[in-house]
Amino acid sequence: MPGPGAGFAALLRRDLLLAWRRRGEVANPLIFFAMITALIPLAVGPEPSLLARLAPGMVWIMALLGTLLAADTLFREDFLDGALEFLVLSPQPLWLLVLARVVAHWLVTGVPITLLSPLLAALLALPGSGLPALVAGLGLGTLAFSLLGAVGGALTVALGGGNVLRPLLVLPLYVPVLIFGTAAVARAAAGGESAGALALLGAITALALLVSPFAAAAALRVGIDG
Amino acid sequence: MSPAAPLLEFQNLCFERNDLPLFEGIAGGVREGDILQISGANGAGKTTLLRVLTTALSPAAGSLCWRGRPLPRARTRYLTELAFLGHAPGLKLGLSPRENLRWLGGLFPQRHGAAETALAVLGLADWADAPCAQLSAGMLRRAALARLLLSGAALWILDEPLAAIDRDGVALVEQLFRAHLDSGGAIIFSSHQQLALPGVKYLELAA
Repeated sequence: MPGPGAGFAALLRRDLLLAWRRRGEVANPLIFFAMITALIPLAVGPEPSLLARLAPGMVWIMALLGTLLAADTLFREDFLDGALEFLVLSPQPLWLLVLARVVAHWLVTGVPITLLSPLLAALLALPGSGLPALVAGLGLGTLAFSLLGAVGGALTVALGGGNVLRPLLVLPLYVPVLIFGTAAVARAAAGGESAGALALLGAITALALLVSPFAAAAALRVGIDG
Repeated sequence: MSPAAPLLEFQNLCFERNDLPLFEGIAGGVREGDILQISGANGAGKTTLLRVLTTALSPAAGSLCWRGRPLPRARTRYLTELAFLGHAPGLKLGLSPRENLRWLGGLFPQRHGAAETALAVLGLADWADAPCAQLSAGMLRRAALARLLLSGAALWILDEPLAAIDRDGVALVEQLFRAHLDSGGAIIFSSHQQLALPGVKYLELAA
């Protein structure tokens, strides 16, 4: 009998391998965001003060939308090809398997955009003092996005593709992350203290880490009955 | 747990969809060496019944026992001894059969190092490293069946294992079934085809 770690590792490995096989698809949103960022100064004007004010919100919204779009496929594909039944019928704890899917999702969507964010911020003339808060906040915040998105994805797994219910369910949960994330960057960029906002962001992520694997696992057991 | 207890026993199973019973009063069971075929018209609820038997779905009424123990409680034990193949093969199309068997091996008990032989037995030796997207429906089904050879599960629950399988494949499946039954395993499966196996019991679902 493989131990609980084996299921986690096998699923994480599987998802990363699948993502690597279609790395073009995975890179698409990043290229799209880079284009948006390059176009903003042309559209709203090149004044650094205006762009710097816009920068935290723009980068955070792009990270949010990028994860939200990708969360559609979090359980949907496994549901359609029958692999989800293997997850549910595995003797391994389902919440741990869900966590593996979430971590893989974060590594493929949240981490790349976090790594890309300094470049996007530079294009938007964000002062250098805001960069550490941006990167730290996005690292934590995108993990929370993936965790919360998993609950929405699990609840709506059997509904048709492209339904608007899931974003509606998940967006209210994303809002606090967005607020504290952008606040941290804006304060740091203005030369202020960002630790408070980042601590709250970390608290939200920790709470999501504790609750959402269990909530998503329970939702999957219900949702698998199409 | 008495040694005489059947592997899986179910009584008075009822499942409702949209508040209407899809089937009710279903009873039966399998002992070691038993094979049970679920038959019935399209839409009679064969797939649903099989999923109820795997515990993926909960019945509206009725009880299931695994080796004499009531099921929702003995579930983890049951799942370690169960191998299920659903309607869809459950394989990732972006991965090869060998890679699919590897991730499934993390989720279910699997014999070590037997993937090579299992794929060869099912005639997929040349395709073991090709992406599943390049395989035909019948070959995908064969790849899914390879998992059964690797698992040491006592009970196989198979939903349409013969779908898309050619004539040689059917003979092969019969051979796999016979070996599993001879080694003390049990099988519950749904199919519209008759298998050339002795002692198949039937459970007919009324439409």
